[in-house]
Amino acid sequence: MDTKARDRAARLAAAREALGARLAGKRVDTGAIVDLLHAVLRPGDRVCLEGNNQKQADFLAKALVQLDPARIHDLHLVQSVIALPEHLDVFERGIASLLDFSFSGPQGARLAKLLSAGRLRVGAIHTYLELFARYFVDLTPKVSLIAAQAADAHGNLYTGPNTEDTPAIVEATAFSGGIVIAQVNELLPEGGALPRVDVPADWVDMVVLAPTPHFIEPLFTRDPAQISEIQVLMAMMAIKGIYAEYGVQRLNHGIGFDTAAIELLLPTYGESLGLKGKICRHWALNPHPALIPAIEAGWVESVHSFGSELGMEDYLRARSDVFFTGPDGSLRSNRAFCQAAGHYACDLFIGSTLQMDLMGNSSTATLGRIAGFGGAPNMGADARGRRHASPAWLKAGQEARAHQRGAAATPRGRKLVVQMVETFREHMQPAFVETLDAWELQRQAGMDLPPIMIYGDDVTHVLTEEGIANLLLCRDDAEREQAIRGVAGYTAVGLGRDHRAAENLRDRGVIRRPGDLGIDPRLATRNLLAARGMRDLVRASGGLYRPPKRFRNW
Amino acid sequence: MTPMPPGLETLDFRFAGTRAVPSFAPVLVGVVGSGNLEVMLEPGDGADCAVRVQTSARGFAPIWQAVLDDFHRRHGLAGVRVSINDMGATPAVVSLRLDQAVQELRP
Repeated sequence: MDTKARDRAARLAAAREALGARLAGKRVDTGAIVDLLHAVLRPGDRVCLEGNNQKQADFLAKALVQLDPARIHDLHLVQSVIALPEHLDVFERGIASLLDFSFSGPQGARLAKLLSAGRLRVGAIHTYLELFARYFVDLTPKVSLIAAQAADAHGNLYTGPNTEDTPAIVEATAFSGGIVIAQVNELLPEGGALPRVDVPADWVDMVVLAPTPHFIEPLFTRDPAQISEIQVLMAMMAIKGIYAEYGVQRLNHGIGFDTAAIELLLPTYGESLGLKGKICRHWALNPHPALIPAIEAGWVESVHSFGSELGMEDYLRARSDVFFTGPDGSLRSNRAFCQAAGHYACDLFIGSTLQMDLMGNSSTATLGRIAGFGGAPNMGADARGRRHASPAWLKAGQEARAHQRGAAATPRGRKLVVQMVETFREHMQPAFVETLDAWELQRQAGMDLPPIMIYGDDVTHVLTEEGIANLLLCRDDAEREQAIRGVAGYTAVGLGRDHRAAENLRDRGVIRRPGDLGIDPRLATRNLLAARGMRDLVRASGGLYRPPKRFRNW
Repeated sequence: MTPMPPGLETLDFRFAGTRAVPSFAPVLVGVVGSGNLEVMLEPGDGADCAVRVQTSARGFAPIWQAVLDDFHRRHGLAGVRVSINDMGATPAVVSLRLDQAVQELRP
């Protein structure tokens, strides 16, 4: 049957009729966008309104909000990130009613309110890879509204460095009888050539010039000036106590100052330990400016990225031997592939959390907000389908299985999943708790499961300023609890430790203090950072890194 | 009574010292700034280690007690007066500053 093809043809014919001369080939007049959406959309359609971690199809989002809810309603939005107010305005206005997504950081509080007011229903909160996977199973978009840097006269698209989710969205839509509409910052005249083609014109139905360039958030920039001595200490422990110990060559870093400190210690502290070439050679990572000194010192062989980072464009171009770039020289990112790389090809994930319980479950979910976790659960989970070996993966697997029997003792490796947290966050909020807020949030929002970011049975190491707890070596849940309490510092959880049990775990190397690792906390100073401020990063890049204005603080 | 800015909490602790410190010049480490603290060590009377904490973060006396218990377990200073001016430093930063101050102790 060809019902999908006929439906698609009917919608495109409706668009031609509604737009008349305002549609030339695939080019839609900017002012005709609302009429176009009215013509191609039907009530109940599944729509992907490209909302990435960074790049936003903001012009198309504004247009979608302007639709007449009497004509277009009950849309089902399927997109990774709910970032813009418009992403929720469409629910408030009755244009959409059902949402499947991955992350809603900035809009988390409003999303929770709309949900409890019954203005929207949530299908599920996914990880990125899960949502992309479902695009090809049962959440295939009928219409996708995407963002690209430029289009040529035929409708070929150049996404620029922030390709992010675009390939996954377009692939699912274009090959299932759906319709792809792209907003672009630049329309090339007839004969004009794109720097490269990221999406072939064949897969794109309409192109519209946006009145302003699409919004991009510089999400991964951390000013080294804000890294604390405690973060330096924890970074030293990570490098010496975990990276060197396991010989970690392939890894992913979560976002934040804790991991920025590690990146900035590689060319200094890491170098002094003789670790260059022995650790941290291959990365699944956004182009963190904090990685520049390590790259310049020759530590890094390759970096594949989920997205790009504002200000890094020229530096990436100049380091095409390290970053994935097109023949044109600019970065090609791809969230789906990088998530797969992080999940299957990396030996270690290290990231932070807001809360961890006594079983090692961790979550950034807080009361009154529905935020999701984006990619952390894919990175911070053992890849059960992995079969290739590496020294780090094998060593972690041996530790995990040494005290197992039967099926659980079958030889296999294990992904290193490290949670790096200071025992107290700002305003003396304890990072270690008896019960995660996630459980209360589950009750409040009527979720099937508590929103746990990383499950305790996936966590291999907990790293705090007090020490490293190696959960792989714990023989039972009671030991695991004492290992976590044993690095939980002066939190109520930490003060509640059994001191004798903690010392026993220390004798067995389950708990290791800075001193046990040969690290003197008094030597953990900011002088160890390869860059101590934004200006140092710019200098390290040879002037190629151009931080956004809000980071130009010198 | 010393007049104090509103909101500050004063806490006093006293530990029986075991390690007498030869006479030394006062030591000052750290700065009073958000999330940070200043620690001063001065020769004190008798064999005790007396600690006075002035902190902008009220209500954490049990945590100060635990942090200072551990500090005293590590160093057991005798005849030393410790003054702490704190603006909401975490226990990790407090312990680090205390250890840095002890490292600076010189006759």
